[in-house]
Amino acid sequence: MAKKKPLHIRREGRQGYIFILPWIIGFVVFTAGPLLFSFFASFTNYDITSQMDFIGFANYEQLFTGDQLFWTSLYNTFYYVLFSVPLTTLGAIFLSALLNQDVPGLRFFRTVYYLPAILSGVGVYLLWMQLLEPGSGMVNTVLAWFGIAGPNWLFDPAWTKPALIFMKLWGVGGGMLLYLASMQGVSQSLYDAAGIDGAGRWQQFRYITIPMITPVIFFDIITSLIGGFQIFQEAYVMSNGEGGPVNSMLFYNLYMWKKAFEAFDMGYAMAMSWILFVIVFIITIINLKLAPRWVHYEGEDN
Amino acid sequence: MRNTNVHHEKKKYLDSVYNRRRIFTLINFILLAAGSLLILSPLWWMLSTALKTMQEVMTYPPSFFPSEWKWDNFVKTWQAAPFDLYTVNTVTITVIVVFGSVLVNSFIAYGFAKIPFRGKTILFGLVLSTMMIPGFVTLIPQYVLFAKLQWINTYYPLVVPSFFGSAFFIFLLRQFYLTIPNELIEAAKMEGASHFYIWWKIGIPLTKPAMATVAVFSFNGAWNDFLGPLLYLNDESLYTLQLGLQVFKGEMNTQWNYLMAGSLLVLLPVILLFFFFQKYFIQGINLQSGNK
Repeated sequence: MAKKKPLHIRREGRQGYIFILPWIIGFVVFTAGPLLFSFFASFTNYDITSQMDFIGFANYEQLFTGDQLFWTSLYNTFYYVLFSVPLTTLGAIFLSALLNQDVPGLRFFRTVYYLPAILSGVGVYLLWMQLLEPGSGMVNTVLAWFGIAGPNWLFDPAWTKPALIFMKLWGVGGGMLLYLASMQGVSQSLYDAAGIDGAGRWQQFRYITIPMITPVIFFDIITSLIGGFQIFQEAYVMSNGEGGPVNSMLFYNLYMWKKAFEAFDMGYAMAMSWILFVIVFIITIINLKLAPRWVHYEGEDN
Repeated sequence: MRNTNVHHEKKKYLDSVYNRRRIFTLINFILLAAGSLLILSPLWWMLSTALKTMQEVMTYPPSFFPSEWKWDNFVKTWQAAPFDLYTVNTVTITVIVVFGSVLVNSFIAYGFAKIPFRGKTILFGLVLSTMMIPGFVTLIPQYVLFAKLQWINTYYPLVVPSFFGSAFFIFLLRQFYLTIPNELIEAAKMEGASHFYIWWKIGIPLTKPAMATVAVFSFNGAWNDFLGPLLYLNDESLYTLQLGLQVFKGEMNTQWNYLMAGSLLVLLPVILLFFFFQKYFIQGINLQSGNK
């Protein structure tokens, strides 16, 4: 039988639990409890007021077989994620590579590029609604200088999602900071050694910089994916809560919102939320499994 | 003779390297400068549209510079909706959220970083894994919970959760606490100090920069929060700036000069915060990615 730990260690352990107690309470009340309730309620016809009858897999069945809007919202969300995540990642890496040189005004540029990344909320969405106005907006005005007739952006179902992706790209400076800090941490001796071996700028970037920052790329991709699947606010504000035109901005969370808080079809909405959870979970697991193939951690040989 | 020749060759080579580097830097600089204009142009456009008359906003093609600078558009905007009230409401919520986030997360993070107890690794893993849960999965049942507590149409759902820790902030602060040498804590323990005392007297003073980072991020989060107020607040007298701006958008229709003036006023505190406390934003980013 293991000996009991000395009294002062046990006492210290108790102090430890007191310190993390707020988190434990918060976890039980605001996360674990709601998760359990939601999982159970997703098999009912819960409507928050009167009914909560167990209906088996009916919500899930209806979603997969009888709800066209479910598929539309899923398509819209995947479209957004598929373009916005690679574009912002590549853009941020490119930008930080430019900044990671001996270039005058580094601090100024860093501030300018980072500023839009911290701006969010209704003010930003209103700004972009104006920028993308077909007639009086800035984007089409500038495009006209080059003889390009800009599209109708938020009024044309084919252009609403690209519009949101452009808006997302404006905030590319957030990722840029992440990469820049990482690039500045790469040891100069690696570049010096490569320089002696005759490696050019591009080769140094490709074979030293990129491998050394792969842990940050990995982190960025994971968080952008999880965030991307949850796009909601911009679509809500810019489509007046409707997801139009022609449901082109009806993202997954927006559809869930309408089901939960407009139709009060709570059981159904909670079933939707679990499907999203599973999708995000699977994608994260796939990423974790693929990571050893391309993410390079310092101290490892391969 | 031969020696000077070699020297000359070497100088020529170095010159060409030097020139190539200069051209490279120049191209680099031009790209970055052009990009800056591109990035800043929307903000300039917001200001210039806010200063135009409605007639000029509708003139085609629109111009980057207002012909007449109508500064009183800002005054008119502010008076067109109860923005005073929205500001007071937003500041109230933000102050409480920032206070709770800074204090409670620091407390929790100290526990995870500096006190040995059973199951710590697993519990911290649990903290991190909650960051993966899509917000809407817990949002809907949380709404049910708050509805049962009769908290709808109050500020409780918006401020109370910030007193129970957030995974992201716990992670940030813990990273920072780990850089504090354990010897310091051990020495204080030898003197008979409790962990609570050590946290208050040593932990907090030493982690002030990280707490400032949590403060600016939680300020930003609370100030820009749209989803929470949209879901929980019904009475217009409780509305925040984000919600007020959304209502204002519906009332103003497409009067872009007023809409841009309103947006700019709502964004201004965040922009100012950014310029004054930029280093804390950057520090947060670095802690988050594990960079030193």
